[in-house]
Amino acid sequence: MSLGDSSTPLGKVRGLGSARHGGEHWLTERMTSIALLLLGSWLLASLLLLPALDQRTLLEWLHAPSGAVPMALLVIIGFKHALDGVKVVVDDYVHGPGNNFVTNLVMLFLAVGGGALALFALARIAFGGVA
Amino acid sequence: MAASILHRASGVALSFAGLGILTWWLYAVASGPQAYERFTMAATHPLGLIVLVGVTWSFFQHLLTGIRHLVTDTGAALELGVNKTFAILTFVGSVLLTAALWFYLLGIVK
Repeated sequence: MSLGDSSTPLGKVRGLGSARHGGEHWLTERMTSIALLLLGSWLLASLLLLPALDQRTLLEWLHAPSGAVPMALLVIIGFKHALDGVKVVVDDYVHGPGNNFVTNLVMLFLAVGGGALALFALARIAFGGVA
Repeated sequence: MAASILHRASGVALSFAGLGILTWWLYAVASGPQAYERFTMAATHPLGLIVLVGVTWSFFQHLLTGIRHLVTDTGAALELGVNKTFAILTFVGSVLLTAALWFYLLGIVK
């Protein structure tokens, strides 16, 4: 950086790139990674601290807001981070505009579909009765 | 070099196998004891265990190389010697954490 230029290296690239959000993609990947560092540690600690791993115990754990809310965040941020990461790999290895577009589209559908399925299951646990 | 490609490989493994199993697991818990029984049968089958050990190793490897990337993003630890040491530490760390977790889970170490 030259003297008198107050923008950071990241500040310079935001809004640039062929899709005008290469910098945002980079930054989002890092922000979701820090969130997943916390949520992944939470999941691991929770599984180790639960008295058992049978269906009943897990249902009660995820029925309570203290379990359901972090798990919903883990699902949403996890699928978002996976989609962002897989896109980098796809863009590096799948060439040709057509192939690249279709592969990224399939990945988008998989991530949104998988995330919706996981959230639906979680909603059934959180809002259903614990008999 | 190796740490970088492992970060990608473990990330892809977590994206498909990791999130796939997480979704299946949540769905099984939501669907009741019988569905959960089918999940645990698959999970405790030798092949299921190999997949789960692979996913947990990917989790720790991606977590540690991810932290390494966040550090190098700041411009720190880019010197060859330091960088190599951190890369090796991520392999050692991920293998030790995976081994410790599974020794504990399988009741080998209480």
